[in-house]
Amino acid sequence: MSDKISTYPGTSLSEKEIRDGKVLSIQDQMPGKFSWDTGIAIGKYLAGLKDGVIFGSYCATCRRTVVPPRTICEWCFQPMDRYIPLEDTGIVNTFSLCYVTWDVRRIKEPETPAVIEIDGASSLHGIMHKLGEVEPQEIKIGMRVKAVWKSAEMRQGAITDILYFKPHEGSH
Amino acid sequence: MSMRKVAVVGAGMTKFVRRALETGKELSWQASSMALQSCEMTMDDVEAVCLGTAPDAFDGVHMNGEYLSDGAGAWRKPYMRSYVGGGTGVFVPIQGWYHVASGLFDVVLVVAEEKMSSYYPHAQGAFLTIFDHTTERALKPNLLWIFALEMNRYMQTYGISKEDIAQVAVKNKRNAADHPSALLGDPNITVEDVLNSEVLAWPVNRLDVSPVSDGAVAIVLAAEHVAKRITDKPVWIEGVGWNLDTAYWTNRDLAYPRYVEYAARMAYDMAGIKEPRKQINIVEPYDPFDYKELHHMEGLLLADRGEAPQMVADGVTQRDGDMPVCPSGGLLGVGNPIAAAGLMKIAELFWQLRGEAGNRQVPGQPTRGLAQAWGDLMQVGTVVIMGR
Repeated sequence: MSDKISTYPGTSLSEKEIRDGKVLSIQDQMPGKFSWDTGIAIGKYLAGLKDGVIFGSYCATCRRTVVPPRTICEWCFQPMDRYIPLEDTGIVNTFSLCYVTWDVRRIKEPETPAVIEIDGASSLHGIMHKLGEVEPQEIKIGMRVKAVWKSAEMRQGAITDILYFKPHEGSH
Repeated sequence: MSMRKVAVVGAGMTKFVRRALETGKELSWQASSMALQSCEMTMDDVEAVCLGTAPDAFDGVHMNGEYLSDGAGAWRKPYMRSYVGGGTGVFVPIQGWYHVASGLFDVVLVVAEEKMSSYYPHAQGAFLTIFDHTTERALKPNLLWIFALEMNRYMQTYGISKEDIAQVAVKNKRNAADHPSALLGDPNITVEDVLNSEVLAWPVNRLDVSPVSDGAVAIVLAAEHVAKRITDKPVWIEGVGWNLDTAYWTNRDLAYPRYVEYAARMAYDMAGIKEPRKQINIVEPYDPFDYKELHHMEGLLLADRGEAPQMVADGVTQRDGDMPVCPSGGLLGVGNPIAAAGLMKIAELFWQLRGEAGNRQVPGQPTRGLAQAWGDLMQVGTVVIMGR
């Protein structure tokens, strides 16, 4: 604040003042249901997941393979050349141990989100998913991991067809 | 390109609070009214209004720009709301700048407002919708994930420790103790306090994060011939830049914000700045999380990659250091009502460059400052350079 200004507006409220009815508030909900079309490239991606395959797409102009696949390369603004089946293995690019859910509930056992660089995609190209079958304290950046899939009959063409990625020895 | 010179001639802001009694409209009016009073102008002098506010989901109001318009003074005026996520607060003055630089208007009011407290039980829930609905949202991510993932990658790439990063939170929360509008100023906070605070999403602890807040900020922009009539201390907008990286955030280098570099280069070119480390006296980079200040200092080319923590450790970025960073107290200390927080940085540079920042005044009569914000899905950089 400028030293030329002596008073500044804004009135701080506490949660208690609202709970106790000392200030009035109106509560409402805004339910929304959506049906999102998958589109062409993500449709291919989800169909692949249903079959237990992770698809990327290849841009011959930029010579890179991206994942998730798209129809357009955002680098050169040209159509992607083809879809490429990738491995279901990769390395942990980064991870977190998260003790808070999306709606800010505290949890004891952390969720373990990670960015996983998928084998067969270009360097630093990966997807967000979760890690499993590993002690949280054992997770390291650079660790090799492999997808753990739902059984074929349970898969429905969704990112959750992969349950999580687990540590995986050996090279690809 | 022929562009007119544009000055900031007035500024105002509300307190930043966790939950404000006032509505967003009322907060917007309070900040706008202060900004106009500070330069002895009225709404009659204002030819157009630019408003910045972040996701409509916080408010549960569709077309929040229209909802807020009467509080922002937009009645029967050319009016436009801009939105680039967290980058909005430094983008909306850019929008105001080109309204004036283009010659279309002589005086523009720029208002940024955020009321995050309306979303129940916590604004965090509204952020779920920023993730891709098909490939990511099914994993139930929260906003902390992407910060934690980026912070961990940054730490690993350069061998940076949590202690190194916690120093930023300490510096900014201490600086904020001198800011009359601050929500989380604390003159006595220590690195241990930050490291011992609750682990939310390792490596992110609670005190590594800025608080959800309500608040509003406004500035008045004027063309040169008007600015010189209004004040003998105009603060000029010397350069602006903005840039966007891919929305496929898992397909790029998380350790380095290249889009911030491109935004900064655009602004440096416009301002004729060749050696930013020597020519920028005050920096207000976006600091919603403490590591982001470091990340952004590197993207702004004000520190070598991985070296920003050393500047903090050496005291260079203290208010009385060689390159003060977030002398306001930043988002970590003053608070983070998203769009308002970015414009607060512009207001801080205005007060600092005029020598009116009171207890927060950076010594040595600084002549040039840079403010930067960042947002969308970790991919947009907005930069403004101001000088006197």
